Amino acid sequence: MSELLRAVWRYRHFILSSVKNDLKARFARSRLGAAWMILQPLAQVAIYSVVLSRVMGAKLPGTTNQYAYSIYLMAGMLAWSLFIEVVTRSLTLFVDNGNLMKKIYFPRATLPFIAVGSALVSNIFLFVATILIFTIVGHAPTWAFLWLPLLMAINVAFSLGLGLLLGVINVFVRDVGQVMAVVLQLWFWITPIVYMPTILPSGFGRIIAANPMYYIVSSFQNVLLYGQSPALAPLAWTAAGSVILLAIAFLMFRRAAPEMVDVL
Amino acid sequence: MSNVLEVKGLGKAFRDYGSEFKRFATWFGASVTPRNEHWVLRDISFSVGRGEAVGIVGQNGAGKSTLLKLITRTLMPTEGSVAVHGRIAAILELGMGFNADLTGRQNVYHAAGLMGFSREQIDAAMPDIESFAEIGDYFDEHVRTYSSGMQMRVAFSVATAFRPDILIVDEALSVGDAYFQHKCFKRIKEFREEGTTLLIVSHDSGAVQSMCDRAILLQGGRVFRDGDPVEVMDAYNALIAERENSTMKVERLETGQVQTTSGTLEAVVKDIQIHSMDGERIEFIDVGQDVELRIDVEARADIPRLVLGYMIKDRLGQPVFGTNTFHTKQVVNDVAAGCTLSYVARFKMNLGPGSYSISTALVSTDTHLVDNYEWRDLALIFTVANHSQAHFVGSAWIPPQIDIKSLP
Repeated sequence: MSELLRAVWRYRHFILSSVKNDLKARFARSRLGAAWMILQPLAQVAIYSVVLSRVMGAKLPGTTNQYAYSIYLMAGMLAWSLFIEVVTRSLTLFVDNGNLMKKIYFPRATLPFIAVGSALVSNIFLFVATILIFTIVGHAPTWAFLWLPLLMAINVAFSLGLGLLLGVINVFVRDVGQVMAVVLQLWFWITPIVYMPTILPSGFGRIIAANPMYYIVSSFQNVLLYGQSPALAPLAWTAAGSVILLAIAFLMFRRAAPEMVDVL
Repeated sequence: MSNVLEVKGLGKAFRDYGSEFKRFATWFGASVTPRNEHWVLRDISFSVGRGEAVGIVGQNGAGKSTLLKLITRTLMPTEGSVAVHGRIAAILELGMGFNADLTGRQNVYHAAGLMGFSREQIDAAMPDIESFAEIGDYFDEHVRTYSSGMQMRVAFSVATAFRPDILIVDEALSVGDAYFQHKCFKRIKEFREEGTTLLIVSHDSGAVQSMCDRAILLQGGRVFRDGDPVEVMDAYNALIAERENSTMKVERLETGQVQTTSGTLEAVVKDIQIHSMDGERIEFIDVGQDVELRIDVEARADIPRLVLGYMIKDRLGQPVFGTNTFHTKQVVNDVAAGCTLSYVARFKMNLGPGSYSISTALVSTDTHLVDNYEWRDLALIFTVANHSQAHFVGSAWIPPQIDIKSLP
């Protein structure tokens, strides 16, 4: 593992410039450029707000702000967009870079770092935009926001662990990528992002409880909407599980690496 | 001698486990026998010293690329080891990882970063890279606006911006126009003088003999010969000839040309060879060398009147020289069935360097339109290399006597 980290450190310039180039390339020749990074999730928030605010708005207990539901949405979206971006990028990470891996030697471990790097950059942009909007609608940041770096870290650990694990398998069994496109959509709806867990019929409680993203998303919502500390016990369990998942993913990645190029 | 590259017992197998789940199980320590193992390379051992130039040759599928990928570490060996002492650079896939939406300069940072260099090191090398590429203001334009030659120029400049300890070169690599090609080979030569070891992949026997001081011939995933380039290339040619005999007149050239034979086959060319004056069979001929073209013709039926013609063609199939025994007034009359005639044509190989083929015709008059006994394209392929003459270009060798006087 230390060897892996050393290689990554030696290639830090490459990782940084890859993240930069990745962002540049994504928005090259588009008028609004990097603004798209935040416009897309915000547009989604706007749609849900318009469509659902009447239905959902009243269900948010303990809030006074008339934009409470939009804030709730944005908090969930902030967590979800990081998750979805890291997972989808890691999922196709090796398949997309197959040509490069076949032709040029470089530490393969740099690839997940590049993926997380560019996902984090766009998420931080979104975060800044979110804070800005919060301030405009009269929901000023509180000290509880200091939880966010930790929450993001847990989020990344879980997303990367899952994405990398599936990404490695996807090299050998390409169906994984197709299946995950559907699974992720379903996953979005079984995570309380556009709705509150309280409105669900009692039978669904167990599904929600088994969903690690629920604990991450609800922590974001607690911190951003209510200005409270997240529920510590479930968060700690989620964090521990995420770290273990990430460790397994990296172990599998290391074991698979020699054979990966053979089938790419 | 200090070795920069040591390959020991190297082998690479591509494995098929039947089910991918069995493959996954092997990562976690389970011992699963693969359903199918395909060994591309096996028992490869050799070492290369500092400053050596080694040609890696072999037919398609002999394992050349796999070996190079194992040396550059893009592939992991199944068994054995590769030890590289120093930095290795390959100019096989130029422009890999270039992003069309970035400028040349940005791509240089990226590509050099991919090679493991830091920002400071790249900054220091940047002026050199820019001036070597010689693409002017385009260097700061998007790569998408580049011609393929310009992209090659930038790619080569980055790939060779830092002198590696081992450089892997594909001899057939095209880096655009002749001027830049020349410049690239000059830089490679300079590297070698400074102690860089060269590994040169090539199909071209002439190039291997002129550029390398050692050659390794791979055949069927094993080292077939390792040693003096001339000997190794002879073995290579023997291998190719063997294959051609067994597959009978199908594809003979890497250019995809197909040998065609037509005619009544009442008379056939049994054998065609080029020999040096001391009687040795050769395929690599020096410019201006005296040679004998030996053609054995077998009559399979009674032939009243037999004319042999041959035509030397260049690699594009353009005729360079052709004649026949009708024009030389050496028509043979009344050849009995079963009789074999030996024709020996002696001439000076006054051709420029390159690959040539000989077509033969067995006819009764001066054209093959009356009686065509046998017409055979690409009956023999040979290479002319310039070892002894002053440099020249073109397919003909017309040695001049140049006098220079200063006029009052």
